[in-house]
Amino acid sequence: MKKTPADSAKSLASYLLLAAMLVFLLFPFYWTFVTSIKPEGELYGKTVTYWPREVTFESYRRLFSDYNFVRPMTNSLIVAAATTLVSLTVSLLAAYAFSRFQFRGRKFLMTLFLTNNMFPTVLLLIPLYAIMRKLGILYTPLALILAYTTFTIPFSIWLLNGYLADLPPSLEEAAMVDGANRAQAFVRIVLPVLMPCIVATGAYVFMTSWNEYTFAVMFTNEANRTIPVSLKNLIGQLGVEWGMLTAGGIITIIPVCFMFFFAQKKLIEGLTAGAVKG
Amino acid sequence: MGRKKNVWPYLLVAPALLTVLTVVFIPVVNAVSMSFQSYDLRRPSRIGFIGLGNYSEVLSDPLFWQAVWKTVVWVAVGVGFQFLFGFILALLLNRRFFGRGIVRSISLIPWVTPGVLIGLMWRWIYDGSYGVLNDMLFRLGIIRDFVPFLARGETAFPAVILTIIWQGIPFFALMILAGLQGIPEELYDAADVDGANGVQKLFRITIPSLKNVIFVTTLLRIIWVSNSVDVIFNLTEGGPAYATQTLSVYVFNKGNTLNLGYAATMSILLALMLSSVAVVYLRRIFRGQEGAR
Repeated sequence: MKKTPADSAKSLASYLLLAAMLVFLLFPFYWTFVTSIKPEGELYGKTVTYWPREVTFESYRRLFSDYNFVRPMTNSLIVAAATTLVSLTVSLLAAYAFSRFQFRGRKFLMTLFLTNNMFPTVLLLIPLYAIMRKLGILYTPLALILAYTTFTIPFSIWLLNGYLADLPPSLEEAAMVDGANRAQAFVRIVLPVLMPCIVATGAYVFMTSWNEYTFAVMFTNEANRTIPVSLKNLIGQLGVEWGMLTAGGIITIIPVCFMFFFAQKKLIEGLTAGAVKG
Repeated sequence: MGRKKNVWPYLLVAPALLTVLTVVFIPVVNAVSMSFQSYDLRRPSRIGFIGLGNYSEVLSDPLFWQAVWKTVVWVAVGVGFQFLFGFILALLLNRRFFGRGIVRSISLIPWVTPGVLIGLMWRWIYDGSYGVLNDMLFRLGIIRDFVPFLARGETAFPAVILTIIWQGIPFFALMILAGLQGIPEELYDAADVDGANGVQKLFRITIPSLKNVIFVTTLLRIIWVSNSVDVIFNLTEGGPAYATQTLSVYVFNKGNTLNLGYAATMSILLALMLSSVAVVYLRRIFRGQEGAR
């Protein structure tokens, strides 16, 4: 087909529209970054500057020296890594059962896991707080890890079940004919093929645990609070430390973005499969 | 498929099931039982069964009804515009152009950003003294004095809704884009032969083909946005004067005051309201699965 002037005008318009949307979606990140490299005086100066007159990493330095940001980072890392490990292990087993066996109660159990995702966080928050208090694990990382499994396990099962359903069972059956038992066939055949999907699911679980705030603010104290809680705590009685806060924000999203870029292809495939196919 | 009467599937599901029963099922039962008790940790001696006392107190609490109304507006306007802008973004990203892969990835970043950070970033943007939004509007001559957006009732609620729209656009775009890529090219070719214009193609082919994706994504977003606490809490904590207090935020604030019975009661009412949406969603998911098999 030939391009008419009207076509060119249309495609120019759509690029402009796309550019406008990208500016809207990305400007807050730009602004956060610019804020984090401005000196204090410029941050609260008379005029708002769109690029710092003087670039400084003072806020980052203070974040680590005055505020000991390494501690919340370590806490977040422990909680997110442990949640990922636990969720992946139990979800993988369950998803394998759902995708490879027909058994009584299968549909009921799948519905049960699916509905779990829909309970309001605040509904679970209140009784979980009371339970953790009674068990004596409130204010320990274990409390958060357990709380996070409320949404990470159902979600992981759902994703992994989708990936497994796309793998033909004949793959393992061939190995089983050759004398391997089901467990061996799973470890030798299914696991390697499924690895990119497991990594994508793990990345998602890690990101959600790393980002979570509502449980974290209630179930942690000074010693084991995670990054999101620490960021919020920079808003103190003496006003907000915007420089340090934005510096912390930038540090928080960098690992998440990296993980997301690596995992996105498989993750998006898994997320959209159910909705698009159905 | 596996043999009949096999214990394997049950053993495999057991760890996940036990965990979920412990951290979801028991808490839900507890929440129900708490809702029938006076359960205020500030007054531990008075903890005890009070029947429907909490429920009647909640239902006559004007703040509860205000929070319900705020939730309805928050969800309707928030999810509505997330859909609209997400749809437009998906259409734009579905065109072939240089660097599309990168543009697509970076436009999804808001979706993986922690809710706390979203709240705090936008709080800084909306700031009444040093906020960049004020500066922009001022330079454009739209306002003559800086507006403390989050401190005023009439601007605070639109401001938090704008923030949730911003957060939700990428997820809609992602789902709709996947749907768009599943529409066979031939449908459009056939429409071209019949001389259909762009608008006709949009309404006759694109939207009908995306019906399921739009439906499922919208239901999911309704549930997530209703349950969202972190964005509002970090922007305004529900203020000023409860202007941005949705039901989830109200429950969270009540929980912070340690009146757990009252908070549990409201959270159960919220869950009941959402269950209607959840039921529609589940039925659609299972119908889809049966169809695919």
